[in-house]
Amino acid sequence: MPLSIGDLIFVCFVGITFAGAIMAVSLKNIFHNALSLALTLLGTAGIFVFLHCEFLGLMQILIYAGAISIAIIFAVMLSPPLSLKPKKRSVTKVLVSLSVSTLTFVTLAYIFIRTPWPISANADAGDFSATHIGEILISRYAFAFELISIVLLVAILGALVIAHEEPGDRRLDPEISLEDERWAS
Amino acid sequence: MINIAIQILIWAVGIIAVVTVNALALVYLERKVSAHIQCRLGPMQVGFHGLLQTVADAVKLVSKEQIIPKNADKVLFILAPILAFFPVIVLFVVMPFAPNLICRDLNIGVLYVFSFASLEVIAIFMAGWSSNNKYSLLGAMRSVAQVVSYEVPLLLAVLAVVLVIGSLKMSEVVQYQHKIWMIFLQPAAFLIFMMGGLADTNRSPFDIPEAESELIAGFHTEYSGMRFALFFLSEYSNVFLVSCIATALFLGGWYGPFVNGIHWFVIKVYALVFVMMWVRWTLPRLRPDQLMNFCWKILTPIAILNLLVTGVVLKLVH
Repeated sequence: MPLSIGDLIFVCFVGITFAGAIMAVSLKNIFHNALSLALTLLGTAGIFVFLHCEFLGLMQILIYAGAISIAIIFAVMLSPPLSLKPKKRSVTKVLVSLSVSTLTFVTLAYIFIRTPWPISANADAGDFSATHIGEILISRYAFAFELISIVLLVAILGALVIAHEEPGDRRLDPEISLEDERWAS
Repeated sequence: MINIAIQILIWAVGIIAVVTVNALALVYLERKVSAHIQCRLGPMQVGFHGLLQTVADAVKLVSKEQIIPKNADKVLFILAPILAFFPVIVLFVVMPFAPNLICRDLNIGVLYVFSFASLEVIAIFMAGWSSNNKYSLLGAMRSVAQVVSYEVPLLLAVLAVVLVIGSLKMSEVVQYQHKIWMIFLQPAAFLIFMMGGLADTNRSPFDIPEAESELIAGFHTEYSGMRFALFFLSEYSNVFLVSCIATALFLGGWYGPFVNGIHWFVIKVYALVFVMMWVRWTLPRLRPDQLMNFCWKILTPIAILNLLVTGVVLKLVH
């Protein structure tokens, strides 16, 4: 089957996403990891555009590639210098992150396998315009919308608590600020 | 298919030509404006009143050696100027120069502009970090903090405008203003936008990222030759682009007395560019803490208030 230009572009975007994701976890330099993550987010934005959700694609660039990845890079700047020898990871930490990521992967894989592809087109499934997304966000998905704002509020409060800590009381832990960015996303 | 390819090629060549020529013109303009503000003459030797001075400078930059610092992160160091230039080219795609002179009139053009503009920061940070130089890193961190902060009031101001117009399409945004310019409906938003624009382009009084007296040149201290020129190109193109966006959003784009058309757009853009240069050479630089306070404690509340009032008024009118 000959590849059309559309297929080629799709393969390109998927390739960028995958390459970025693999580099984000495999590279040794933490700054390179953060940049690779930004590359993955850009690739995802490309896939959104390819699926005719231009609005979501641009939002992905504005919020994730433009803001969240910058916040992560800032958090990287708070981490110890790269020239120092990194501390060995504790076994419990590795185990916890391993179990969380496995659980996430299994859940997602389960959902993917269970879903009858392609999803049948509902009355409004094909409409990804800004107007329509805005409307359903504050009507049908109002609960999720409010929930997200609570999460953001908690993240802001957490940032305030960290910022207000007495100097010399406890060293600013770079991992806490990284954690915050993940919450905010 | 081939038609589309040729069309894309023509647009790409056109955009790059405009970017380059415009940057040369703006550098000349800046040197002349600054000179006259400081009671000097500025470049006078090369060509009539120094008109060819920037061309000579460009030739010099192209022929200069490309120096890469010994302990620099080579890949990122080389990539950064290219990435800094990328948003510039991409943003020209939706600029509404004239009714039929828009490369792509996207439905969400305004959003497109601001989402790609936000990528510039990553390139600046890459440049600062990969140079392995404390001045570069400090400049980059300042720049990122500043740009990320000032994006908030800037986007809120634009949101108020979009609320009034009810469309994110660049051509519709301009067409809405054929009777009355947006600057008269949204004066506060215009001022906030221009201040945010000055901060986003790292220009005085918001130029702490490249404060010469403290940081040498900020994030591009270690760059030389054509890589330095690329940063310079993107900086001046950003000044031009901010003026373009302001013209389209607030100053009625191609509309004007007598004949509507691209000439009005260009006149307005260069008038705004002149104002930005005027501000740069008359105002002193802000201190970093003043800069952050101004953004978060003055500009952002005003922008939110402006948005609120706009929403209430629109609800009452409709």
